[in-house]
Amino acid sequence: MKAWTWLKDHAVNIIAGLALFYMLAPIAVIAVFSFNDPVGRFNFEWVGFTLDAWKNPFGITELTDALITSIQLAAISSIGSTILGTLIAIALVRYNFFGRRAANFLIVIPLATPEVVIGASLLSMFLVYGAKLGFGTLVIAHIMFSISFVVIVVRSRLIGFDRSLEEAAADLGANAITTFRKITLPLLAPAVGAALMLSFALSIDDFVISNFNSGATVTFPLYIFGANQRGIPVEVNVIATMLFAVTVIAMAAVIIQQRRAEKMAEKRADDAGTTGMSMPI
Amino acid sequence: MESSLDLPPDEGDNGKTGHESGAEGSVRLEGVTKKFGSFAAVKDMDLEIANGEFFTMLGPSGCGKTTTLRMIAGFEQPTEGKVLIDDVDVAGQPAYKRPTNTVFQSYALFPHMNLEENVAFGLKRKKVGKSEIKKRVAYELERVGLSREAKRKPAQLSGGQQQRVALARALVNLPKVLLLDEPLGALDLKLRKGLQVQLKNIQRDVGITFVYVTHDQEEALTMSDRIAVMDEGRIEQCGGPEEVYERPATTFVAGFIGVSNLLPAVAASGSEIKIDGGPTVSTPEAADFSADERCFAVVRPEKLTVSAADEAPSDRPSVDGVVESSLYLGTSTQMVVRVADDVKMTVLIPNASEAERHQLPGGGSRVKLVWEPDHMHLTSESPEESASADTADVSPDNEKEGATA
Ligand SMILES: Nc1ncnc2c1ncn2[C@@H]1O[C@H](COP(=O)(O)OP(=O)(O)O)[C@@H](O)[C@H]1O
Ligand SMILES: [Mg+2]
Repeated sequence: MKAWTWLKDHAVNIIAGLALFYMLAPIAVIAVFSFNDPVGRFNFEWVGFTLDAWKNPFGITELTDALITSIQLAAISSIGSTILGTLIAIALVRYNFFGRRAANFLIVIPLATPEVVIGASLLSMFLVYGAKLGFGTLVIAHIMFSISFVVIVVRSRLIGFDRSLEEAAADLGANAITTFRKITLPLLAPAVGAALMLSFALSIDDFVISNFNSGATVTFPLYIFGANQRGIPVEVNVIATMLFAVTVIAMAAVIIQQRRAEKMAEKRADDAGTTGMSMPI
Repeated sequence: MESSLDLPPDEGDNGKTGHESGAEGSVRLEGVTKKFGSFAAVKDMDLEIANGEFFTMLGPSGCGKTTTLRMIAGFEQPTEGKVLIDDVDVAGQPAYKRPTNTVFQSYALFPHMNLEENVAFGLKRKKVGKSEIKKRVAYELERVGLSREAKRKPAQLSGGQQQRVALARALVNLPKVLLLDEPLGALDLKLRKGLQVQLKNIQRDVGITFVYVTHDQEEALTMSDRIAVMDEGRIEQCGGPEEVYERPATTFVAGFIGVSNLLPAVAASGSEIKIDGGPTVSTPEAADFSADERCFAVVRPEKLTVSAADEAPSDRPSVDGVVESSLYLGTSTQMVVRVADDVKMTVLIPNASEAERHQLPGGGSRVKLVWEPDHMHLTSESPEESASADTADVSPDNEKEGATA
């Protein structure tokens, strides 16, 4: 009876725990198998513990090259899509032009389009224009599919933006450029930063669209896919684990920063009653 | 009737000294109209604000106060007419070049900067030297009592403190004209009272022209040198607090500034008016109206006395009515007396003793309201009713007793 009551009281926790286990188990397996010492080409069976792969994770040239390519591609395309996406978001929110409503809607369509379709149509477009497939076409493709995400993240921030802050800056003698540099951009920075991280992450793990448009260029996901036929080296697990760790740290940083902002907002709400202030950071 | 609209302000400089800025800061609006689409938020406004004056624009929400202020600051361009600061037409001068600073209704403090950086923002734009910025920012934060909070972010302050930062951030630049848009509107009553006094003192100290916007008539009456009472994009009356309170030019002003006690009347000869259903009263103000012209006699609630209906008529003017309600307010009793179907008068009777209070006539009693001829003032009907014919875009034109705030 007691056990039954306990189970009832903790049902939510148990189910949440199981769900988390379901989600995280594959990642744990990857991390654990990065310490494996497999026999033969396949790293699917636990043989014994070793640090060999961790001692020299970049020993396989093709793997390292693919990783470097992916990082370069992600860096260039995320910066490119963040700049373009931010400017598009500003145009969509701040300016009234013919077709603005349509543009606001069209910008989200790539999010709903299957990746296979995007990849295939990009490929046919590149072929029509006679573009040489390779790093360049990958950059174009990655910027293309990241822009929508950037626009959505930055746009929501801009919609909540208190325009009187910019008027206050002008009132205090700042011209348009100074106002943008000192007020608009710093206040937009969290959203722009989030958009940059998001598009970097999207780029570095993209497989489907890259597979259509890479030509002879090999990115990290493409390498793994290729290696899968022959047997994946343990080093892949090591690098995947590293990437995962970096992502977790970056996300933790974002969450901590958000918590701090929320605390400040709470404190402000507690303080004697005004609703007049602008926006939380 | 008296039209104080275009009079040059003569009580502008109340012997104020100590102009730290040494700047002249007069503001003039000439025939300014502002349209949003076809809707006119400000209509053909003339206004003259003298250097060093504490000038208030008072009116109900939506009457165009903020729009007027924004045209002076440079955030909006007039559709027609001219804005002059220090006799210079500022048309085409962007906000960042104007010699004005604004205290925004929402404060608009920069959330990513601490108080010091907020207050220093304007001086940095003017390329003032580092050490002087430091000195002036410290002085200004001291003045508003926030020196200890200098390194805090705006979000870590209470509403009243944020308001004072907004004031310091504007004042530190020693603008020629300081524009304040309902700066105390978001604060609770007690805080507001305290800050009203502080604001008024600061204005006396620095001698900068203040253009102050509020919808609170009490605030306007206590703080201002002069008040412009606005309604629907127009100035109904412009004058000192006493003038506006004691001698409202229109029924709207009478209603907005205090309790609207309006007795409909008609001008008789050049020196008399005949109150509808009441006596003929002689008053010099009757000269402002032509014979048979409709007007209203205003008598403030505290200037009326109540006596029994059958009391012998005195030589003072009076009207008969029925007590509708009687409300105990602590220091006084507020009585509403119906004089005619659509005419109600409010009377404030000071509460001397409890015994005396119990003597007061109760609801339903017939009473006589008596006043001194000196305490009666004549006003004309607000122009909105008569003007609606030619502007075509304004209010329902039924008899509108001025809305109280
Ligand atoms: N940018 C704008 N576009 C359209 N209408 C506006 C705009 N700004 C103000 N108005 C209108 O003009 C009128 C006056 O507004 P405002 O000056 O803000 O009034 P107040 O400050 O006296 O409350 C209001 O009816 C308001 O709706
Ligand atoms: Mg306003």
